[in-house]
Amino acid sequence: MTFSPQLEARFEKLLKSYPPGRQRSAMIPMLMYAQDEIGSVTEELVNEVAVRVGVTPLQVNEVMSYYSMLHTKPLGKYHVQVCTNISCLLHDGDKLYEHACKKLGIQHKEVTGDGQFSIEEVECMGACSWAPAVQVNYDFHHHVTPGKLDQLLDSLRKKQ
Amino acid sequence: MLFNEPSPLETKVLTRRFHLPNSASIETYLSSEGYQAFLKAAKMTPEQIIDEVKVSNLRGRGGAGFPTGMKWSFVPRTSPKPKYIVVNGDESEPGTCKDRVLIENDPHQLIEGVLIAALSVEAHAGYIYIRGEYRYLIDIMDKAIAAAYAQGWLGKNIQGTGFDFDLYTHTGAGAYECGEESALLESLEGKRGVPRIRPPFPAVAGAFQCPTILNNVETFCAVPAILRDGGAAFAALGIPKSGGTKMTCLTGHVNRPGVYELRLGFPVKQMIEEVGGGIRNGKKLKAFVPGGSSCPVLTAAEVEGATMDYDSMAQRKTMLGSGGVIIMDEDTCMVKAALRIMRFYAHESCGWCIPCREGTTWLRKILTRFHQGQGTRNDINLIGDISRNMMGRTFCPLGDAAAMPTLSIVEKFRHEFEDHLDGKPCPYEHSGSVVTV
Amino acid sequence: MADQVNLTIDGRAVQAAPGTLVIDAAKTVGIEIPAFCYYEGLTLAAACRMCLVEVEKMPKMMTACTLPVSEGMIVRTDTEQVRTARKYTLEFLLTNHPLDCPVCDKGGECELQDMVFRYGAGESRYTEEKVHTPEKQFSPVVFFDAPRCILCFRCVRVCNEGMGVGALGVINRGVVSEIAPNVGDHLECDECGACIDICPVGALTSGTYRYQTRPWEMTHVGTICTHCGDGCKTTLGTRNDEIIRGNNRDRSGINGEFLCVKGRYAFDFYNHQERLQAPLMRVNGKLEEVSWSKALTAVAQKFKQTVEAGGSFGVIGSNHTSNEENFYLQKFARQVLKTNNIDHHRTGDVVTLLDSLSGKNAKLATVADLYSSKAVLVLGADLALEHPLLSWQIRANYRHHQAHVYAVTSGPVREDKYTVASVRVGTANAQKVGGDLGVIPGKDAGATTSGPGNAPVGGPGVVPNPDAGANFEPVNGPGVATGSPSGFVNPHNVTAVPADYFAALESLREKLKAEPELAIVFDDSFTGEDVRKLVDFAESLAIPVKFICLVDYANSRGAVDMGVTPELLPGYQPSGQPGMHTDEMIAAGLDVLWVVGANPLQDGAKRQAGFVVVQDLFLTETAAQADVVLPAASAYEKNGTVTNTTGEVQRLTRAINTMGAKPDLEIMGFLAREMGAAAAVGPWVPDTVFAEIRKTVHGYEVPLPVLATGGAAQTVPVNGRIPVATRPGLVQSDHNGLFASGTLGRYSKVLNSVVENRLSR
Repeated sequence: MTFSPQLEARFEKLLKSYPPGRQRSAMIPMLMYAQDEIGSVTEELVNEVAVRVGVTPLQVNEVMSYYSMLHTKPLGKYHVQVCTNISCLLHDGDKLYEHACKKLGIQHKEVTGDGQFSIEEVECMGACSWAPAVQVNYDFHHHVTPGKLDQLLDSLRKKQ
Repeated sequence: MLFNEPSPLETKVLTRRFHLPNSASIETYLSSEGYQAFLKAAKMTPEQIIDEVKVSNLRGRGGAGFPTGMKWSFVPRTSPKPKYIVVNGDESEPGTCKDRVLIENDPHQLIEGVLIAALSVEAHAGYIYIRGEYRYLIDIMDKAIAAAYAQGWLGKNIQGTGFDFDLYTHTGAGAYECGEESALLESLEGKRGVPRIRPPFPAVAGAFQCPTILNNVETFCAVPAILRDGGAAFAALGIPKSGGTKMTCLTGHVNRPGVYELRLGFPVKQMIEEVGGGIRNGKKLKAFVPGGSSCPVLTAAEVEGATMDYDSMAQRKTMLGSGGVIIMDEDTCMVKAALRIMRFYAHESCGWCIPCREGTTWLRKILTRFHQGQGTRNDINLIGDISRNMMGRTFCPLGDAAAMPTLSIVEKFRHEFEDHLDGKPCPYEHSGSVVTV
Repeated sequence: MADQVNLTIDGRAVQAAPGTLVIDAAKTVGIEIPAFCYYEGLTLAAACRMCLVEVEKMPKMMTACTLPVSEGMIVRTDTEQVRTARKYTLEFLLTNHPLDCPVCDKGGECELQDMVFRYGAGESRYTEEKVHTPEKQFSPVVFFDAPRCILCFRCVRVCNEGMGVGALGVINRGVVSEIAPNVGDHLECDECGACIDICPVGALTSGTYRYQTRPWEMTHVGTICTHCGDGCKTTLGTRNDEIIRGNNRDRSGINGEFLCVKGRYAFDFYNHQERLQAPLMRVNGKLEEVSWSKALTAVAQKFKQTVEAGGSFGVIGSNHTSNEENFYLQKFARQVLKTNNIDHHRTGDVVTLLDSLSGKNAKLATVADLYSSKAVLVLGADLALEHPLLSWQIRANYRHHQAHVYAVTSGPVREDKYTVASVRVGTANAQKVGGDLGVIPGKDAGATTSGPGNAPVGGPGVVPNPDAGANFEPVNGPGVATGSPSGFVNPHNVTAVPADYFAALESLREKLKAEPELAIVFDDSFTGEDVRKLVDFAESLAIPVKFICLVDYANSRGAVDMGVTPELLPGYQPSGQPGMHTDEMIAAGLDVLWVVGANPLQDGAKRQAGFVVVQDLFLTETAAQADVVLPAASAYEKNGTVTNTTGEVQRLTRAINTMGAKPDLEIMGFLAREMGAAAAVGPWVPDTVFAEIRKTVHGYEVPLPVLATGGAAQTVPVNGRIPVATRPGLVQSDHNGLFASGTLGRYSKVLNSVVENRLSR
């Protein structure tokens, strides 16, 4: 499996970051960074990472399926994550999420037909004091109102 | 970047550089006494460093509040195994967003804290475990680490002290449980985030089964100040047995939510009214969570006379926790709050032990049904009974973390549950569907 | 005792060795602390929380499965708090566990049922919907029903730690966590079924047993597996003369809970459609079914006439029949047929080993020794495939005692994962393992014909193994494993170049010299002089060494001990006038060839004898050429004893009768009676024959109660040199893998159902 030179360089650095014989430690970071590049954790990626860190594909699958940010299906180009956990809930995060679903016409973990957007109701993402919060891919958006969300989604749609 | 205005009532120790331009840069750091504490510590013996931390009364800022100096002293320095420093930046406790601010605005303070910890146990490598959602912080941290290497504050023979130290970031991938220290170590080793059987504790067998200091981001960030100004000065900022300041995240129904650095022992009422600008829309306080959603909830009456410190909260049978303050006003539906909290814990339960795995899911199902108006009087007792029988019996604290708020809500706000009985609509508000994460 | 820890459990004084877990200490005084996830020998999980007990001075209840005893500790296992905790844990478990006990295979022997009965509540307060997911088939023998799974992780651990395979894992998180197989939706593994037996509930079920019966409808018979030479006890569940299942859940026998695919499933040859159930006689060139009396009379007459005419006999015995049968057969041959032309297929050079050891300070190792010896050296064999119990023992020894394991093999072996050093020898000629190691003492380096020059490039060398031990960390569980090495694993000698081949062997020798003791396991790549060199080599280490000479089948060892060879009588006494060996008998135009439980013509050779009698279960290549075929009972259909590869005698107990087939002993007895020679060979009663063996075969004076209670007694059949030349050149192992078992293996449906996937092995 081939990756971009940047990702390969990162892998190389990662594998050197842990003590000898402990290359398994690089597994989760490798999966995360590779997922960013190829869109999801494919079976091919699982096998590749297994070989590189010296474990079985089952061991990678065990780990991969444990972590909620690793996913086997491709997400939208813009993965809209709306927090509805308690601090965001107190600022109507749940209603914001429902609004986003309606706006995009998709439900939890679904992808729009054009592959541009996917949505996920997520747990606390560490923006509690600036609730309600939305993360699009890795970018945080604070104090999001339904109106601000509409603007954000519209601007992203235009960017494509 | 700061996401909220600072408050004049803050005691700025960990946040002292936040107002400076380019506060995250090594230049700013070095020009504002940065890394001086490390140089001072490098001339001290490991015992002296640990003593200074003990004197400071610094307690773990991740939530458990264990005395930091004591934790460091448990590391067997004479062990032939390598020692490691691990930073817990898996900030995931609902209501908590303080480590984010600390890393974003002053990453070198964290590096310096790690270096001092490393000196105290003769460790030569460290890992900063940062939750996957904080990718931009990993980039900031990587940049800071690169700068520190470039200027000789990391790597071989740091600033001619003869001390070597390598530091790496390590990303999480979405798991609350990895905030538990032994689960974090499993995750660091490329495994499922399932906690370890303890003992042995990380001090003896931590990262890669080697002696390890593992603390929260905020705990490490407090260390440079302790070494620079002395443990006693830091201790004096707080109250007896609870030294220093606490990064406090005001969330929920206040007018000025935000992250503030407050001295330990800060009065809760003053915090809500003056720091937070009072309850939103002039409403009354209904419920108060002092330190993340795991803490038992306090009623408005219980908050009277409370101060933000370990002892005051313990007296009220709750915890200072992580500093994630959640404020709920009189219009809040406590059944819905309990449900949302339980949904979170059911989603995050690692699945290893039975009471947590099955208990959280059972409670989630009952609370879901309850909030939809299909609860029975018997369910109210059952919620309490299940919670009580999870507590103290699970493999790790997640079971308690799920049970404690639930039990406190069902005990203190029983009437709200009764108000949901017999198909009655939620008397407070009712949002349509409850999506299962 | 001074080194014992004193504690109190439920008011009773308990003494236990330091390090003993409270759950085990309680057991010694008859106090049961319930647990699902705890399984002796596997890493600790503390997952099920059933074993929570009160310990004085501890603020919270503690898991008895992770708590070591300490002096003065006061434990209470029967308080209100403990009882409540158990009740709730069970209630939690039952929230999603389907109550389909009436149709669940485990019903009646389910640990969850038992626990709920003893510690649970009478009713459930769970009124929510249960989550159902469909059952999955992981392999022909393993099915998984996720809703029944209580996630105790025993299966994952036994596969990873016990078997060293790691074919099962845990995927997902929280309440949707699930056991998953290693290759997509199915298992590629040893198919041993250990995961099924260890499952406390009916989550993992057996492809062959499921929905066949209720457990209480079966009779459970403990006997010895008839396949490889390891001698595992298998408990056969039978009903109406059918074997429904094999397992060893009671952990009895030398194998504990271990069984491989053969021991657990490959009993199924017994009712193969081609099983012979009536004697066959050649009539007009074709084999036809005849009555027992007709067949026996015909054979007896032929035997009698031939003896009277001074004609020639050849007798070929079996690696599968009992000691009693082999003893009886050689007695029949020598005393009634007056011939020393008797032999069997030799699969390991036991004779040279026993001879070489005489007078030397060395002994024969038992299966148990492989679990306790501080160091083990494996030579030649791929133990995990050929002798899976021995492989299991060595793994357990490594996990529990950090035993030092060394392997000198021609290809990669499972032991490589945790050896101190693995040395690869050339693959072209397996004999090299023997020859080269013989060089190590430096006695006659010039005599060797093998070495780096002959070794294929890239073959020999010390295998680098930085991951040694890593596989025994629990994959999912707590990282602190009792018994698993902590910290960094010692890096291996990484000089993996052919040029360093002899250096590698030399370095191996130096390492072995530093060991306090050693058990050496070797296969048929060591025969004759190589065995002697190996014993010399062991002697030169100047440490206590024990040996295991590997042999292939359930009673391969017994056949040699019982004198089924032309040159040796029972107990390795010289026969005086050595007769023909197997190949000579096949090639010679003997008047009569009598084959009992063997298939010497399987490679297509044509019979040369004038009259051929075969006793067997199936119409083998040899039987197909016979004049008379007598249908024999299998090991599961008779009583007797067998001796395993380590020389341990164990008892066969008849589990079923198969109509038409008779035990070989009975067949031989009838033949003797028909010939009027019954007095010469004695009664054909297994116990009577064994009594004679005990009297006449050195080393077989084993205590009968040990055998009667299902135990194993090691025999040491020689105490001195063996004064005749043996024929090491005849020794050749079949090297059966996990899914093969000589001729017999062809008739096992299970072995064949999984074998398609195993071509790569």
